[in-house]
Amino acid sequence: MFWFLRRGFASLVMLWVIVTLVFMSIHFVPGDPVELLLSQDGGSADPATVQMIREDLGLNRPIIEQYVEKLKGLASFDLGRSMVDDSSVSAEIARRLPRTLELIGLAALISLVIGIPAGIYAALHTGRRFDRAASYVAGFAQGIPVFVLGTLLILVFSQMLKLTSAGGFVAFSQAPGKHMMLLLMPSLSIGIGLAAIVFRITRASTLEVLPLDYVRTARAKGLGDRRIVLHHILRNALIPVITIFALQIGSLLGGTVLVEYVFNWPGLSGMLVSGVNARDYPTVTGVILVISALLIGLNFLVDVLYGLTDPRVRK
Amino acid sequence: MTGTSLKFTPRQIPAYLLALLLVVSLLAPVLPLQDPLAMDTAARFAGPSAQHLFGQDEFGRDILVRLVFALRNSLIVAFAAAILAGVIGTALGVLAGYSRGLTEMLAMRFIDIVLCFPPLLLAMLAVTLYGPGPVTLIPVLAIVFVPSFTRVAHASVLSVRSQDYVEAVRSMGASNARVMFSTILPNIAGPLIVQFSFTVAVTVVLESGLSFLGLGVLPPAPSLGLMIGTGRATLAQAPMLLVWPCAALTAMILILNAFCDDLRDRLDPKSSKIRGQ
Repeated sequence: MFWFLRRGFASLVMLWVIVTLVFMSIHFVPGDPVELLLSQDGGSADPATVQMIREDLGLNRPIIEQYVEKLKGLASFDLGRSMVDDSSVSAEIARRLPRTLELIGLAALISLVIGIPAGIYAALHTGRRFDRAASYVAGFAQGIPVFVLGTLLILVFSQMLKLTSAGGFVAFSQAPGKHMMLLLMPSLSIGIGLAAIVFRITRASTLEVLPLDYVRTARAKGLGDRRIVLHHILRNALIPVITIFALQIGSLLGGTVLVEYVFNWPGLSGMLVSGVNARDYPTVTGVILVISALLIGLNFLVDVLYGLTDPRVRK
Repeated sequence: MTGTSLKFTPRQIPAYLLALLLVVSLLAPVLPLQDPLAMDTAARFAGPSAQHLFGQDEFGRDILVRLVFALRNSLIVAFAAAILAGVIGTALGVLAGYSRGLTEMLAMRFIDIVLCFPPLLLAMLAVTLYGPGPVTLIPVLAIVFVPSFTRVAHASVLSVRSQDYVEAVRSMGASNARVMFSTILPNIAGPLIVQFSFTVAVTVVLESGLSFLGLGVLPPAPSLGLMIGTGRATLAQAPMLLVWPCAALTAMILILNAFCDDLRDRLDPKSSKIRGQ
C-alpha cells in the first residue's frame, strides 16, 4: 500500500514540476514575450495591444501572484482562454480529447492484434520463412515515419483506389459506419509502426521463455501445444511487452499529432498545430499540460498494474 | 570480433550507403547541380526529362536537386543537434557519475523532467515561444536528446569509476577533470558512439515531422518533411511530387537504422543482448 502511495506522490510531483516549467517557459524568453508573440508579421506590435494582452495573460502582475493564480485555475481544470477567439481552452480540449484517445486506443489494439500472434508464431518457427520475412517487414514498418505512412495510405487507398475519403471526421452518433471508416486509416498509420515493436519484443521474450523449465514441465505433463502457448508461454512472455508498450505511450502521443494532421482528424493536435502557428500561448500550454498529465497518469497506471502482477517490484 | 575484417559482406551495405549519402550531401554545393531554388514557372509539374531526371515541382524547380539538398539539410540539422546533445549530455552524465552526491541527484532529476515531455511536444512549445526556423530547431532537438546521452554516460561511468586503472591515475595525483575526460571518457566511448548514431537517426525523423507541420525548416529551403507537406496539396495532379520525398526519407531512415544496429552489435554487444533485439 505504501508503495502505491509513494508512486502516486512521485507522479504528482512530476506533474507539478511540468506545470511549473511550462509556466516558467514564457518568462524564460529573452525580451518581452508578448511582443515576441505578436511580432510574427515582422513589424513591431502596437503598444496598446501589447498592454491589453499583457493584462489578459496577467503578465503585468508579480510573478508569484501569476503562479498562484495559474495553480488555482488548474485545480478547477481552467486552462485559460485562447488568445485567438477568447474561447475556453479547457472546453475545447474536453471536446477533442475523446477523439484522440479513440485514435490511440484503436492503434494500440491493431498493434497488439498483429504484433503478438506474429511474434509468437515467429518465435516458435525461428529461422523459417515467416520469421525472416516478418523481421524484414518489421524493420521497414518501424523505420517509416508515421506521417509518410499516412500520406502513402491516402495516396493509395483514397487517391488511386478511391476506397475511402482522404480524411475528415463524422460523429459516431451520426454515422457509426462512416466514423469507423475514417478512424481506420489514421489508426493503421500509427498501429503498423507500433505492431513492429510489439512483434520484436514478443518474439524476443517468447524465445527467452521457451527453454525454461516450466515449459518443459508442461510439455512433459502431456499438455497440447495450444494450451502450452496460451497458458504457459504467452502469460510470461507478455510482461516485457507491457513494459515496452508503456514506454512507447509518449511517442504514440507524439505520433498522433502528425497523424491527426495528415488525416484532418479534429483531435488535440489540430488544436496544438494551429495554436503553435498562431502563437496562441494558452492553447499550446493547455494541450501540452493535458498530454503530459495523460502520459504521467498512464505511466502510473502501468506501474500499479506491474506492482499488482509482480510483487517483487514493490520492494 | 570477426567484424574487423576488411572483406566485403552484406552487413556492410548500410555503412557504404550512409557514406555515399554523407559524401553527396557534403559536396552538394560544389557538385554540378542546378540551384535548388531556381524556379521555372513555364515548366510547372513537368515530367522527367534529360535535364530534370525526376521532373519538376509546382514552381518548376528540379525535384532531384531539391531532394539532394533536402537530405543535406536533414543531415546538417541532425548532426548539429546530435553533437550538441552528445557534448552536453555526456558532460552531465560523466560529472554525475563521477562526483555522485548532490550533483548526481540534480543532474538525474533534470533528466527525468525533460523525459516527461513527448519530444515533439517539447519542440512545439519551443517553436511557439521562439518561432520556427533552424535557430530554434537545433537547440530544441539537442535538449530533447540530452537525457539519453546522460543516462548512457552515467551508467557507464558508474561501471568503470572504481576500476584499477582509474584508481591508478587518481593516485598519481591527476586532477578530477583529467580523470573524467582523459581516463574515463575514452573507456566509455563505445556506448556513447552507438547512442550518437541512434540520436542522428531519431533526429532525422523528428526534424522531418516538424518540417512537415511547417514548424521546422522554413520554405523555400528544401526539406523532405516540407516537400511531403506541400506535395499533399497537389496529390491528384502530381503524385510523384509526394512519392519521391517519401521514398528518400524512408530510405535514409532505414539506412541509418541498419547502420545503427550494426554499429551497436560491434561496439556495444552487451546492450544488444539486454535489449534482446
